[in-house]
Amino acid sequence: MNAVDGLHRPGDSPLHRLRPQVKIVGLVAFTCAIAATPREAVWAFGVHALLLAALFAVARVPAGWVLTRSLVESPFLVLALAFPFMVEGPAVHLGVLTVSEPGLWAGWNLLAKATLGVWAALLLAATTPVAGVLAGLSRLRFPEILLQITAFAIRYAHLTVAEVTQMRLARLARGDDPRFLWQAGALARSLGTVFIRSFERGERVWQAMAARGYTGRLPLEIGPAPASARQWTAAMAVPAAAAALAAWTAAAL
Amino acid sequence: MDDLALHIPTDVIDGPTSLGFALLAVLGVGWCTVAARRGLDERLVPLAGLATAFIFAAQMLNFPIAAGVSGHLLGGALAAALLGPWLGALCVTVVIAIQALLFADGAVTALGLNVVNMALIATFTASGVLALALKVLPRTRWGLGAAVFAAAIVSVVAASAGFVLQFWLGGEAVGQSLGAMTAAILGTHVLVGIGEAVITAGAVTAVAVARPDLVHALRGTPLARPATTLKDAA
Repeated sequence: MNAVDGLHRPGDSPLHRLRPQVKIVGLVAFTCAIAATPREAVWAFGVHALLLAALFAVARVPAGWVLTRSLVESPFLVLALAFPFMVEGPAVHLGVLTVSEPGLWAGWNLLAKATLGVWAALLLAATTPVAGVLAGLSRLRFPEILLQITAFAIRYAHLTVAEVTQMRLARLARGDDPRFLWQAGALARSLGTVFIRSFERGERVWQAMAARGYTGRLPLEIGPAPASARQWTAAMAVPAAAAALAAWTAAAL
Repeated sequence: MDDLALHIPTDVIDGPTSLGFALLAVLGVGWCTVAARRGLDERLVPLAGLATAFIFAAQMLNFPIAAGVSGHLLGGALAAALLGPWLGALCVTVVIAIQALLFADGAVTALGLNVVNMALIATFTASGVLALALKVLPRTRWGLGAAVFAAAIVSVVAASAGFVLQFWLGGEAVGQSLGAMTAAILGTHVLVGIGEAVITAGAVTAVAVARPDLVHALRGTPLARPATTLKDAA
């Protein structure tokens, strides 16, 4: 998969058909609910995970894919595993290990919430194409200028990344053996070249746009489709359930 | 490795602090948009778009540091030196947002924290250091290289200091002294910053030699010709 296309997996599930703005609001609400769930309510995180697993099943996203993509958070997992040994406090015995109790809770908290947060974001990324995410953000009244810059960036990132790869191949073909610190010079010079090419391409694109009557605004007003009340209720059902669970466990403790 | 403590996931920092920094990020990015537009008007969208694509590509250049460990650029200092603070911060913000929404890297609830650290703090401190250093250092290849080198290290350490500040405000007390944690985070980021600085300084001087007009930090004036041009005269 190309690294610039996001993690979208084309499909035709109910989740794919949901309007993107609804999914973005749902993601934010669900992530907030996870963050608000008290760490001591261990079973509540299991319920959150089951909710997400059900949604992944509806979207026909295989579990293996989710697990591989979750590796982005691995640096934090290391931190979570280190907490029980780093933190001071009353000790508990786990088999042969003696670890600190507050550290264990802190590590569990980080592990559970970071993993669920990544899974929720993966669900949006897997079921929504890049253009859909931008249309959804525009529907949510995000500043148009930032969205236009983002659209341009994604469109031309393909070219720029291809250029970097090509330059690296060209270097290898000429007998370069990139290793350790010795490659820094060549790497830096290729970056400089890529910047000049990107900027010059930007100027050419702007001139071409200006020649076609561009005055700082895209002339087309293609508003993304609004979402029906039914879509909103359907999409917010799961975040609402998660929020209710978070509120209930917080009150119970 | 560079983003070890920077793409903050869900709930490392508590809700009120995250919300406060989200507000700060919105204000800061809004201000950057206005300022960048003043300099570029209708060229803003295509040029910022291509510059963002460039930072994206630069971050994808993974370079192996040691066995199993590879790092990638943060790009704050690179953006500041080449594009200036406003446009630079704008481009890095877009990159962070793309990573959170399309690649699930960094939580959506921590977007404000990440933007403040990596886009606003990193880019603006780099710009400040760069402007000061260029006043003192000679305007040669080496002078510019040294200025960018210093700016890149300071920007990475400042970004990690931003995280320490957020952790102090809204992280949980894990029993460890904040001083020890601060020293550990800042210490590792000095090392990370050196890697970032080598690449950034090389890239910026390479641009400055070929197209000095594209290096924002030089403000339109080319570099002084170094002494090696004697060879050309001979």
